[in-house]
Amino acid sequence: MTALPSKKLEAWRYTDLAPLSEISFGAVPVAVAPVLPESDLPRLVFLNGVFSEVLSSRLDFAGAFDAVADASAQPLARINAEQARDGVTLTIPDGIDAGTVLLISHASGDAPFAFHLRHRVALGQGASLTIVDIAKGDGVYWHNPVTDITLAAGAKLNHYRLQDESREAFSLATIRAHIEAGAAYEHFTATIGARLSRTEIHASLAGEQATAHLNAAQMLTGEQHGDFTTVIAHKAPNCPSRQTVKSVLSGLSRGVFQGRIEVDRIAQKTDGYQMSQALLLSPHAEMDIKPELRIYADDVKCSHGATIGALDEDQVFYLRSRGIPEAEARSILVRAFLDDALAPVQQEEAKALFEAAIENWWVSQ
Amino acid sequence: MLEIKNLHARIGEKEILKGINLTVPDGEIHAIMGPNGAGKSTLSYVLSGRDGYEVTEGEVIYDGQDILALAPEDRAAAGLFLAFQYPVELPGVGNANFMRTAVNAVRRKRGEAELDAVAFLKLARAAVKNLSMKEDFLKRNVNVGFSGGEKKRNEMLQMALLQPGLAILDETDSGLDIDALKIVAEGVNALRSEKFSALVITHYQRLLDYIVPDMVHVLSGGRIVRSGPASLALELEAHGYAGLEAA
Amino acid sequence: MSASMQAIADQKYKYGFTTDIEMEEFPLGLSEDIVRRISAKKSEPAWMLEWRLKAYRLWLTMEEPDWANVKHPPINYQELYYYAAPAKEQPKSLDDVDPELLRTYEKLGIPLNERAALAGVAVDAVFDSVSVATTFRDTLSKSGVIFCPISEAVREHPELVKKYLGSVVPVRDNYFAALNSAVFSDGSFVFIPKGVRCPMELSTYFRINARNTGQFERTLIIADDGASVSYLEGCTAPMRDENQLHAAVVELVAMDDAKIKYSTVQNWYPGDADGKGGIYNFVTKRGACRGKNSKISWTQVETGSAITWKYPSCVLQGDGSVGEFYSVAVTNHHQQADTGTKMIHLGKNTTSTIISKGISAGKSDNTYRGLVKILASASGARNFTQCDSLLIGNECGAHTVPYIESRNSSAKLEHEATTSKIDEDQLFYCRSRGLSEEDAVGMIVNGFCKDVLKELPMEFAVEAQKLLAVSLEGSVG
Repeated sequence: MTALPSKKLEAWRYTDLAPLSEISFGAVPVAVAPVLPESDLPRLVFLNGVFSEVLSSRLDFAGAFDAVADASAQPLARINAEQARDGVTLTIPDGIDAGTVLLISHASGDAPFAFHLRHRVALGQGASLTIVDIAKGDGVYWHNPVTDITLAAGAKLNHYRLQDESREAFSLATIRAHIEAGAAYEHFTATIGARLSRTEIHASLAGEQATAHLNAAQMLTGEQHGDFTTVIAHKAPNCPSRQTVKSVLSGLSRGVFQGRIEVDRIAQKTDGYQMSQALLLSPHAEMDIKPELRIYADDVKCSHGATIGALDEDQVFYLRSRGIPEAEARSILVRAFLDDALAPVQQEEAKALFEAAIENWWVSQ
Repeated sequence: MLEIKNLHARIGEKEILKGINLTVPDGEIHAIMGPNGAGKSTLSYVLSGRDGYEVTEGEVIYDGQDILALAPEDRAAAGLFLAFQYPVELPGVGNANFMRTAVNAVRRKRGEAELDAVAFLKLARAAVKNLSMKEDFLKRNVNVGFSGGEKKRNEMLQMALLQPGLAILDETDSGLDIDALKIVAEGVNALRSEKFSALVITHYQRLLDYIVPDMVHVLSGGRIVRSGPASLALELEAHGYAGLEAA
Repeated sequence: MSASMQAIADQKYKYGFTTDIEMEEFPLGLSEDIVRRISAKKSEPAWMLEWRLKAYRLWLTMEEPDWANVKHPPINYQELYYYAAPAKEQPKSLDDVDPELLRTYEKLGIPLNERAALAGVAVDAVFDSVSVATTFRDTLSKSGVIFCPISEAVREHPELVKKYLGSVVPVRDNYFAALNSAVFSDGSFVFIPKGVRCPMELSTYFRINARNTGQFERTLIIADDGASVSYLEGCTAPMRDENQLHAAVVELVAMDDAKIKYSTVQNWYPGDADGKGGIYNFVTKRGACRGKNSKISWTQVETGSAITWKYPSCVLQGDGSVGEFYSVAVTNHHQQADTGTKMIHLGKNTTSTIISKGISAGKSDNTYRGLVKILASASGARNFTQCDSLLIGNECGAHTVPYIESRNSSAKLEHEATTSKIDEDQLFYCRSRGLSEEDAVGMIVNGFCKDVLKELPMEFAVEAQKLLAVSLEGSVG
């Protein structure tokens, strides 16, 4: 098996996988049927990394997993290719709006185990799809999914993820998106679960007017470690990219955001913007941010901003002076803080799902 | 009725209020004037319960209740309203949602039924219209991108909706043109009743042309150094604050 | 872009002459023996030699760093001279300085001769490996200020050197710092005693002349309680086809309420338009704000060198201490710059400000790399960072790599960065008012850098502005 990336690698300087390497993962246990979200939407369900025909809807555009090789620079994607046993392939033909599909992973077991789902999503010209990707579970496990996405010209994929894994789990997701001219990749991840997690996205803007929006909200507590890492490669002229990443950290948690915008020589008129903000709710939480610009074209507009701080006590007082109790005032401000990241999620059910998840997280604090 | 008795307060080691005595009966509007650094803003923050101000002596009784022990939100529920000199911006918080949350929190504490979204919106729209504001005011984020005048109007809107028994206007007139000043004055005057009283804190006399006070008090060096009828404000405007400390 | 502009090829490096002067050089390469010979040449006490030898042995075990965004062929450390000095005896006064050397500094515009030094700047001039003259020493010593070559300080003020040398940049800090610690041959030493405001600006001028010579100067500045000093540093080198290594270490120490302002105009030879020759400028600069309410301010204008690797930093230990970094880095042709700062907040209510302006032209690469680290102890810390990059032409690169780390919830950090091209509307506006395209670029670039240039002492600011224009010659077209 390919070795886990070490902290010595620049891309892993803030996330140490040593705790993962200390665990020996055994056989995947037989899954117990979980409580699934109530919804009329079509769903594809994986239990402990295995596709469940019983629980899943029959979809014309959903094909079976087939094995892959991976020679990419990402060690986790290579490990996934070596270990992957299941996953789904979603192929949407040209011009078809395939609506919304729930992609659910549920894991549970008494002893540590690992699974490496490998998904492929290919949208034809002008096709569109919304994926609501929900990961939950109990116990100690390592979920190491890879999702490879290709969007043909004019296609649109909304990819919304709720990472609400077991608080003892490791969740390391790699997402790679190849985006052709005029296509749009809209991404939002809510990171709530897992003991140690990372979402690593590589988005390649390969044709003119291709767009990528990579947003995230990380809400961490206890000793959780959450890492959101992105690389947006502008490989064609006239592409806009946007990233808004918000982290709310309490307890002893640690949040990480690394975001790189790369602009090739050919990618004139690039418009790249990135904002990363963190709220430290406890004295012992920690945030590390590395926003990075690597630019080789001159006619570009690229910028990033980053802030780290506590809740603004003037705002808290203002709300309280209007009669709103302190806890509620703080809740309103935290929700408002997350708003910019969540705003692009327009699909009603997905929106409600995230609102509820945020609310639950706050209440559990 | 508001009764302030021998109120001393400090920020850190520095004593700012050095024994304030003041009574505002129901139905009356009192103005507090004074030079910069007299303790005017400190008084408004101490009354509304902001952190960082330590009361070392004295008491503040409102409607028979010592309010100094109350949290800011409980003072709001008890009927106090502070119109801020510099209203705070709340990015991501919609104005309508903010006001409904506040109104319902206060109503809950007062034992009144909460308003549903429809009922609240009706109320809010009427208030917006009364204050000659555009309706999109309700959709915008609280004070974000508002001009100085718009922020003050928003304070008046909140006051109209929360229906306080005692309003404290902390230099609400600073940075306002005459039209905006009139809006503020109309906001206060509209609430005038036997049940409503107000403390209007201001550096200049001009606001008092529009909100005619029952009494004027001069705050200087952390104490009330003079009190008198509305005409005292005109006198101060003409002769300034010099020499008041000694008076 | 216009063809006329493209025609302007090379930037003119007016400091590219060499000085013919009899030199004393040690044999090529580095060994324990060379370290001993450098130490002996300086008549150093045994403790200093021991310190150097330890550094040398440590250096042998270290590897050259490879994380910076720069590329160069491997440096053969055995093909460099580690000591080169004018052959004459150390001058006792200015009258003993070789007239050829004085002419060199005259050409560089350095008022070495006291009578000519109307500007009132005290200058220490370092030529290749040794300090050749320090002016205004008498005036300074009257106020208790020590300003002398560091080799002299080792002999005359060993207690101060022992106490502070390597206390800010430890020998093991990095590869180049270890190398410097082993072989540094000269540099400046400044000590400002308690409560003294240094009566004049102090300045060092560094000049690399000899071929195949590494320059390893070492600067140590200490401002005791309540003291303050402004220090200027300038650097030039002749045009040579081969690359030359410059690996300096600068250490600053500010005690309670002390202030140190350190300004650099770095104009080492950048190589020619094809990227041949030029200085490899691998420098470690760090200041320790040890005392409460102390302040260290770095201002740098970096226009020279083939490669710049440099991160003037502040360790904010004292409560209420302040660190500042103002930087302009210009790269043209094949230059590579990887520069920025580190602000390490340890004390309570410490504040830091970073303003960085990068300008890339030609085929150059310009990287800002910075770290802001708030440790758990730094309650109430504040940082503001603004990093702007300007691209001129479509063959260069502009990169921004900030690391922002906070472990204290009462700290507040704000970081902004932008990258854009030079504004066509501004260019057109200037030209429609009669400015040439080059003058227009110069003016716009100067405007872009204003927030940094205004931090420079007056006499440096003028020089820096001219330098920016010269460095960008041939960049538009």
